[in-house]
Amino acid sequence: MATTDIDRLIQLLAKLPGLGPRSARRAVLHLIKNKEALMIPLSRALDLAAENIRTCAVCGNLDVVDPCPICADPRRDGSVICVVEEVADLWAMERTAAFRGRYHVLGGVLSPLDGVGPEDLNIDGLVARAGQDEVKEVILATAATVDGQTTAHYVSDRLGDCGVKISALAHGIPVGGELDYLDDGTLSAALKARRSI
Amino acid sequence: MTETGRSALAPDSAGTFSAVVERTAVTRLSVTEFRSYGSLKLDLDTRPVVLTGSNGVGKTNLLEAISFLTPGRGLRRARLAEIGRRDAGEEVSDMVRPWAVAAQIALGEDCYDIGTGCAPDMSGAGRDKRTIKINGEAAKSQSALGRLVAMQWLTPHMDRLFVDAASGRRRFIDRMIMGLDPEHAGPVSAYEHALRSRNRLLKDGVTDSHWLASVEDSMVRHGVAVAARRLETIERLRAYCLVGDGPFPDAKIDMTGELETWLQELPALAVEDRFRDRLAASRQMDAVAASAVVGPHRSDLTVHYAGTGRAAEECSTGEQKGLLITLVLAAARMQAEERGYVPLLLLDEVVAHLDAQRRAALFDRLRHLGAQAWMTGTDAGHFEPWGSDAQFLTVTAGTVLAQTC
Repeated sequence: MATTDIDRLIQLLAKLPGLGPRSARRAVLHLIKNKEALMIPLSRALDLAAENIRTCAVCGNLDVVDPCPICADPRRDGSVICVVEEVADLWAMERTAAFRGRYHVLGGVLSPLDGVGPEDLNIDGLVARAGQDEVKEVILATAATVDGQTTAHYVSDRLGDCGVKISALAHGIPVGGELDYLDDGTLSAALKARRSI
Repeated sequence: MTETGRSALAPDSAGTFSAVVERTAVTRLSVTEFRSYGSLKLDLDTRPVVLTGSNGVGKTNLLEAISFLTPGRGLRRARLAEIGRRDAGEEVSDMVRPWAVAAQIALGEDCYDIGTGCAPDMSGAGRDKRTIKINGEAAKSQSALGRLVAMQWLTPHMDRLFVDAASGRRRFIDRMIMGLDPEHAGPVSAYEHALRSRNRLLKDGVTDSHWLASVEDSMVRHGVAVAARRLETIERLRAYCLVGDGPFPDAKIDMTGELETWLQELPALAVEDRFRDRLAASRQMDAVAASAVVGPHRSDLTVHYAGTGRAAEECSTGEQKGLLITLVLAAARMQAEERGYVPLLLLDEVVAHLDAQRRAALFDRLRHLGAQAWMTGTDAGHFEPWGSDAQFLTVTAGTVLAQTC
């Protein structure tokens, strides 16, 4: 392997989230030392993934089939759609195994300062899905950041004429959290989102 | 230097403390590659600190280093690239150089080790940020510092506070509130983010009313929270600004602005509705003005000389300095009452324009407040009234020497 190939590999890996040049150099050296066990299988896996992975035309999930297994699964509750920012959020929801409805991936959040507008997100697709008779509820699961909440407000406005129930994830006390350790904002949010027991 | 971290604090001339209060004090300070300092270590006790030395030797740099023990950009509001040590005459570039400040903070009988600094982001993605460690553990955000250390400062740059733009006065009152409630930083920064987003949309000619309404909703929720918090704080601070004796003028303070006026007349929810309507109606005008014509970013802290009724900006230079000292000491007393410990005070060149009578009065108030005040000056003689009640340090270029009294 010529030095330029190694440099090229380091440069590419350094572009990955969470990796800088130093981590990329370590990763490349590790790959080179484990060529048979790691580098070649990784290269093949990347080739296959690049060739086969596609975006689900229904919900925006990533998988090797379109529609994705969640959209194609008849056992999932089609009356509830959970709206998430990114596929990583969909995966996080799936790990909980607490939600058996379907998803809709927006592909980001509205952010005028980053030049991201409604046309850059999969919002029209959501409005079209929510207009179907089968759908009864849309759960907005965007982050509790300024842009995340602005996006939730915008999406709920756009869904206003669809005749579906619109809900949002609760904000407040984390499971196992003690009140004494919570900041005022979180505690106020929890108080506002209180429910009868 | 044998004073303990705990101190029985005396009442000041405005009355007694309603609860037992402790003193916040720096008992060890280590500064590395910071401004004019290569490496500096100071062991201190909890008494006030007097730093004297010629102009330009680095007295304010030490105060600035301490100011990084609270959230934010320090008392000079510096960019990270400006802070790392540079050779004499070397120009500031955009490149961040590593620097660090470590301190042991005594809070009554408790001690905390705080470290903060900046290591440049080697990826070149411009993700340089200040890192913080408390007792060896990395803190998730700067707000952890705010929950631990309370601080007030007064610098020569603030001498024009009443004359310069209102943004400086808003920052002053917001920092004061953050000293009482570090969580105030959340709504302030959320409001500024939403305001910048709306400005960008209007500048770009976006007419999607759903999008604008969503951003405005964020401005409304956070903006009304900010305005209400400022009003509440001013209401409580007012009493501390009316001491009624001594050479420093009493100050009458107020927050003025449309939101504040509405909040005096209407419940917060009604104010939110009115603010939302105003924003929706003023989009065209705001596009021309390049910012919203209404909101807490238009509010102002107004200060009047209580004795004469004159606005602070019309007062003499000396009177303005006196009003500033009144405000800072009032905020420190309020913090002591409400948080249970007296904040650190960083007072840069504080006696520069004070005559002997006013210097003595200031030192007297600081003694009664019980704060560890860090004071700088060029003339050690001005601080003689402190005697053995303070620690005297002489600053020369890049080094600090303790003086024995």
